[in-house]
Amino acid sequence: MELLSCDVLVVGGGGAGLRAAIAAVEADPSQSVAVISKVYPMRSHTVSAEGGAAAVIKGADSLDDHAYDTISGGDWLSDQDAVEAFVREAPQEMVRVEHWGCPWSRDPDGHIAVRPFGGMKVERTWFAADKTGFHMLHALFQTSLKYEGIRRFDECFVTGLLVDDGRCQGVVAIEIATGKVLAIAAKAVILCTGGCGKVFPFTTNANIKNGDGMALAYRAGAPLKDMEFVQYHPTGLPFTGILITEAARSEGGWLLNKDGYRYLQDYDLGKPEHRPVLRSMELGPRDRLSQAFVKEQEKGRTFSGPYGDYVHLDVRHLGANVIDKKIPFVRELCLKYQNIDPVREMIPVRPVVHYMMGGISTDIHGATPLPGLYAAGEAACVSINGANRLGSNSLTELLVFGARAGRSAVAFAAGQKLPGPALGALAHDEEVRLHGTFRRSRGGERVATLRAEMQKATEESAGIYRSEGLLKKGAETLGKLQERFSHLSLEDQSYTFNTELTAAQELSFMLDVAEAIVHSALARRESRGSHQRTDYPARDDEKFLRHSLAFRSASGPPRIEYLPVTITRWPPGRRVYGKSA
Amino acid sequence: MSAATVTLEVARYRPEREASPCFEAYEVPLRNDWTVLDALNHIKDTADGSLSFRWSCRMGVCGSCGMKVNGEPKLTCGTFLSDCLPGPIRVEPLDYFPVIRDLVVDITDFMKKLRKVKPWIIRKQEKPTSQGEYLQTPDQLDAYKPFSMCINCLLCYSACPIYGLEPSFIGPAALALAQRYNQDSRDEGSAERLGIVSEHDGIWQCTFVGECSKVCPKNVDPAGAIQQYKLTVAARWFRSLLLPKGAH
Repeated sequence: MELLSCDVLVVGGGGAGLRAAIAAVEADPSQSVAVISKVYPMRSHTVSAEGGAAAVIKGADSLDDHAYDTISGGDWLSDQDAVEAFVREAPQEMVRVEHWGCPWSRDPDGHIAVRPFGGMKVERTWFAADKTGFHMLHALFQTSLKYEGIRRFDECFVTGLLVDDGRCQGVVAIEIATGKVLAIAAKAVILCTGGCGKVFPFTTNANIKNGDGMALAYRAGAPLKDMEFVQYHPTGLPFTGILITEAARSEGGWLLNKDGYRYLQDYDLGKPEHRPVLRSMELGPRDRLSQAFVKEQEKGRTFSGPYGDYVHLDVRHLGANVIDKKIPFVRELCLKYQNIDPVREMIPVRPVVHYMMGGISTDIHGATPLPGLYAAGEAACVSINGANRLGSNSLTELLVFGARAGRSAVAFAAGQKLPGPALGALAHDEEVRLHGTFRRSRGGERVATLRAEMQKATEESAGIYRSEGLLKKGAETLGKLQERFSHLSLEDQSYTFNTELTAAQELSFMLDVAEAIVHSALARRESRGSHQRTDYPARDDEKFLRHSLAFRSASGPPRIEYLPVTITRWPPGRRVYGKSA
Repeated sequence: MSAATVTLEVARYRPEREASPCFEAYEVPLRNDWTVLDALNHIKDTADGSLSFRWSCRMGVCGSCGMKVNGEPKLTCGTFLSDCLPGPIRVEPLDYFPVIRDLVVDITDFMKKLRKVKPWIIRKQEKPTSQGEYLQTPDQLDAYKPFSMCINCLLCYSACPIYGLEPSFIGPAALALAQRYNQDSRDEGSAERLGIVSEHDGIWQCTFVGECSKVCPKNVDPAGAIQQYKLTVAARWFRSLLLPKGAH
């Protein structure tokens, strides 16, 4: 085992992690900052984000409008102090990324161009064609290269947090190329590991999205907040789950059922117009659109295909020019992966797991309840997204709260000493645990089998519509899978780039996260935003205008507690779409 | 669904087990919508959990899954089995990088070169963010946009015979990225970068074979970027001959 140290350690090299690292090194260049990631930073899943990033920049817009859209979009579960900080800091953060070279699409006069997006009543979504996440990530990564003070551990897989004396003091990781175990002591750790879409079978998320950071925090005693809120994006390609960006609809695309009918008009989302109308129809929020799909399915008005039922997304009327200028990646993806040309043909789409509103519970500064541990980005839940995130808020969130977490962590680290010898013993324990769990070839259970069964259980119980019976069954299955995991065996016992070992570790993270999702959903006996209970179909502010907190218990299911929602200026109201809201 | 199958011959190299790479054959279902990456995952999940390869987004944007398929550098997530028939389909690691294991190559050399070309906005004076964005017209954006589309998949290095002969060559993707920043109206660092790329292992080693641009899955045209670069350097040199010292 190799022992290393730094002042601030960022886990994850995506948008939030890189922003946090740069903020930390800029706030205090005397401190050493390191980024550790299981992939090279430019492979991080931020790269796949397409449509854009919201921030108020145009005269017709206002911070209050952005805040109201976000809060009503989140069905009033967002913490309004966090939302106010978010909308206030968003424009400056976005300009900063512009200064760092992000190739934002422009108006003819050279100013930043904006486009409409779902659930937003004013156009405020900055975009780099429809590869916004790709360009933001590469701009952040390339800019990070100029800071000598940022050290990187690429392709190193964090397996556990080191917690001593009641605070987080570092991590244990496996260097994937060699299998060597590293113990990295740190005065503060920031988890920026993204979401966990792979706990579901059908997701837009990349293979690396396994809730690593969520499980690391959860195992270290920090709670996971609002885990029952899982976002289904309404337009994924069947089979692959590849995302067709919301920008396809914001530029004017229509959702049609098998009769060629714009069915959203039947679901309290407004009346169809030829041109897109903000906060209406196809520009409604994602939760409502995905739920409308299920209702259409129940009415027998969807198409059926080899990979499940689907509807059509029609962009043909936009013409080749608009498609190639504004959503070229949509055309590229459809041509390459679906063998259709959206200029001439309709795109088959179905709802697909896309984003976790929930995550590691943090305060407005990115701090978790465990001293020394911070989190930002999709891995975290501040919460600005409440019960349903609006499209184009997440890329902005990772900048605003990545920067906040970086600054907070560096300030905390300044008052700490590097840990003592106790940490070496803890790291040794983790090495022994890893050896005991994975270095055995007899037990009979396979990673791929358990993973597939977990994904099935999660989808069947915690899908778009849930009920007590389904959730209890899902919880039971997950409990059994946890038990079966202890009989896992790996064919691959080598040390060099052992991806079966990392996949097994990811599976164990996902099992913990899946349990937190299902048990949080079971406990919330109401319907709000993306969490829809057929047995409790109404929102219940009296009992559930609260964040759930899932704490890991030594054995058995998590313990669920609740935390009040911060309301500042927008008392809970009705979500109105399709009319002047 | 047909019961047709196709054979994949996959390069294996497990340094703890064998001294040099070998091939193993696997039969996989031949499905219309399966890519080479789907087939590799099928093998890993059902036949041989020890097969190692990198992949992540499976939508052609993270750049992880570059390999050689039937001898050509490809993103395996975007290469359909049906386009590689009749088989057997040979899958190998990218050329010119050291193989760590199976289909996984060591890209440390590229990561160093990437940093070497200073791929970030360089300015004499930074504008405070409170003063808003730098203006950039759509035409100015178009001048560098194609070079900004590189996903660092490294297919171009694997296709570049010069990189194969001269590992010190900075190489196509890193040079295209340097040109991406040089052409950006917000950047003032081209002179600084020019010093780096016009050194011996910079642009002059490129003999304009053009293979890099042919294999690029994102139409970045690194060969074009390198040609632009050469013209810039040549023009400067020529001007320095014609004009007296100090006049620019």
